[in-house]
Amino acid sequence: MATASDQLTRLLSLLPWLRAHQGVTKAEAAAAFGITVDQLERDLRLAFTCELPGRPEVFIDIDYLDSDRVKVIDPAGIERPLRLRVDEAVALLVGLRALAAVPGLQDRAALDSALAKLEDAAGQAGLTVDGQPGPAATSPARIATAAAVRQALAEHRRLRLRYWVPSRDEVTERVVDPARVVTVDDTAYLEGYCHASEAVRTFRLDRVVQAQVLDEPATEPPLSRGEPTAYHPSPDDTLVVMDLRPEARWVPEYYACETVEERPDGSLRASLRMADPRLAVRLALRLGGAVRVIEPSIVVEKVREAARDALSAYGVSYTDNGG
Amino acid sequence: MAESKTERLLQVVLCLTQGGRYVTKDQLREVVPDYAGCPSTDAFERMFERDKNELRELGIPLETGPAGVVDDDPGYRIDRDAYALPELDLTRDEMTAVALAARVWREQAPAAAASRALLKLQADGVDVDAASLPAIEPRLSGGESAFEPLTLAVATRRPVRFAYRGPRDEEARLRHLEPWGVVSLRGRWYVVGHDRDRAAERVFRLSRIVGEVALDGAPGSYTVPAGTDVRARVGAFDAQRPTSTARLRVAPGAGHGLRRRGRPHGSGDLLAVDYVDTQALAEEVASYGAVVVVEDPPELRAAVVERLRAALDAAGAGA
Repeated sequence: MATASDQLTRLLSLLPWLRAHQGVTKAEAAAAFGITVDQLERDLRLAFTCELPGRPEVFIDIDYLDSDRVKVIDPAGIERPLRLRVDEAVALLVGLRALAAVPGLQDRAALDSALAKLEDAAGQAGLTVDGQPGPAATSPARIATAAAVRQALAEHRRLRLRYWVPSRDEVTERVVDPARVVTVDDTAYLEGYCHASEAVRTFRLDRVVQAQVLDEPATEPPLSRGEPTAYHPSPDDTLVVMDLRPEARWVPEYYACETVEERPDGSLRASLRMADPRLAVRLALRLGGAVRVIEPSIVVEKVREAARDALSAYGVSYTDNGG
Repeated sequence: MAESKTERLLQVVLCLTQGGRYVTKDQLREVVPDYAGCPSTDAFERMFERDKNELRELGIPLETGPAGVVDDDPGYRIDRDAYALPELDLTRDEMTAVALAARVWREQAPAAAASRALLKLQADGVDVDAASLPAIEPRLSGGESAFEPLTLAVATRRPVRFAYRGPRDEEARLRHLEPWGVVSLRGRWYVVGHDRDRAAERVFRLSRIVGEVALDGAPGSYTVPAGTDVRARVGAFDAQRPTSTARLRVAPGAGHGLRRRGRPHGSGDLLAVDYVDTQALAEEVASYGAVVVVEDPPELRAAVVERLRAALDAAGAGA
């Protein structure tokens, strides 16, 4: 429901905006403000016919009746927009900080100066949205990756990626048609069509070992509009069941589980589908005993093998363990 | 109905922005037709009172002051300097950054606030074509609805309450906070302040706030301790500089996660990795199994061996 406040707020923004865009078409103006042309004309009529009896010299003069273009002749003092409100300033500052958190994706100088100017404007509203400067100095490899991804996106070109897959500790090579980059907090994800898997895939930029812009143009990949997820479980994947002691309770937050149930001893029993059960082995080694793989038995055996091999690399024999 | 009210409010705005003079209530009643049409002075006063509040809620700075030398009746005016957005002189590149930044919001209310703000900034005549924006979409991991009430609370020194689920909590618990500042650090957002339940300084991550943040007290209910640097407080809570260096033997073609952080140490497969927390690095090293082995320091080596033994026990060593 549009209220009088909404309409007044819009009018007070619309008049200065129209002045800065003299001769804009009604369709363009309506689109910018997210309203219909019909509503725009109602807004303009209201402003144009607004009179102060006894003060005939004060009126808003707009040329909009005879064409599909709009020109503000006299805004009657409403030349400037209202200051940013708290929610408006916060909405932009938080977004700028989110962009600044991932270095290399944006023109840094422009980002920093935009932040400074907006913080100034917000400060006048008594508002502080504080932040550390984003991480400027990261490794040259990451800056090079970000630059290659920017270029490929801007020029619609194909990328060759050397990409590290942590669950297998392997570097794989893929050719990707990039679609977009989504940043979540300080992590950036590249979404694009992966020619090796013949599907849209998401790649974490900090796991790209090397990115090379190819000469071939990228085809337009179908965009998934949703949130980026690194992994979509498939029914063909291995179902791994494990018990998680309290210190491993975070696991279901990070990995999509099929089922999670509380057990009487305070642990969780979780089942996860994994394309590669090596992930379960790595989790079990990493969390040393806080994660106990229950099934399948082949994965339990792999954990045992991997732990024995690792211990012997340290010169510790498993029989030393006393059973 | 709504339109006639918009018109009345616009008439009040026009009337009070002309010439910087204070205008008395009686003068307003003569000039604004809706006021003139009020059947009684009481009805007019009530209507004007509601309109005044509504304009102030929209952020329009209504001032009171002396309307004339003789007349004791106070007058009203809108302070143009306090009203108008100052010219920010954003360049095209800066505007591009701002337009990208406005995409951060998934929730409707802050997304609408961001588009309203963009339209205000575009009154300076600098536009960016949406089609020309880079295909970058910033996102927050959560807590979107917490930003506005928290920043407002900080600005007005009002206590807040919210449900919070810490990383080790099974369930969210209600917290009472006197917030000192909202701070971003490496893309994560925190609020720092005085926790009324614990009577101590605490830092909360916004994405762990569950549900709404409610204002929980009058403006000016508390003061921020003098000299508080909220950024430094959050920084101390979150960021620790690496204090130790580990020497790791990494098999060729393995341990990529560590290789990306570390630097080659001497010749061969030795890698030097800086770290803060022995247990955290031990977790990571252990996850690689036999292909990454700690050479030094001994306490890290011992921590890895302990984890591997526990993993072997859990998997049934004797089987």
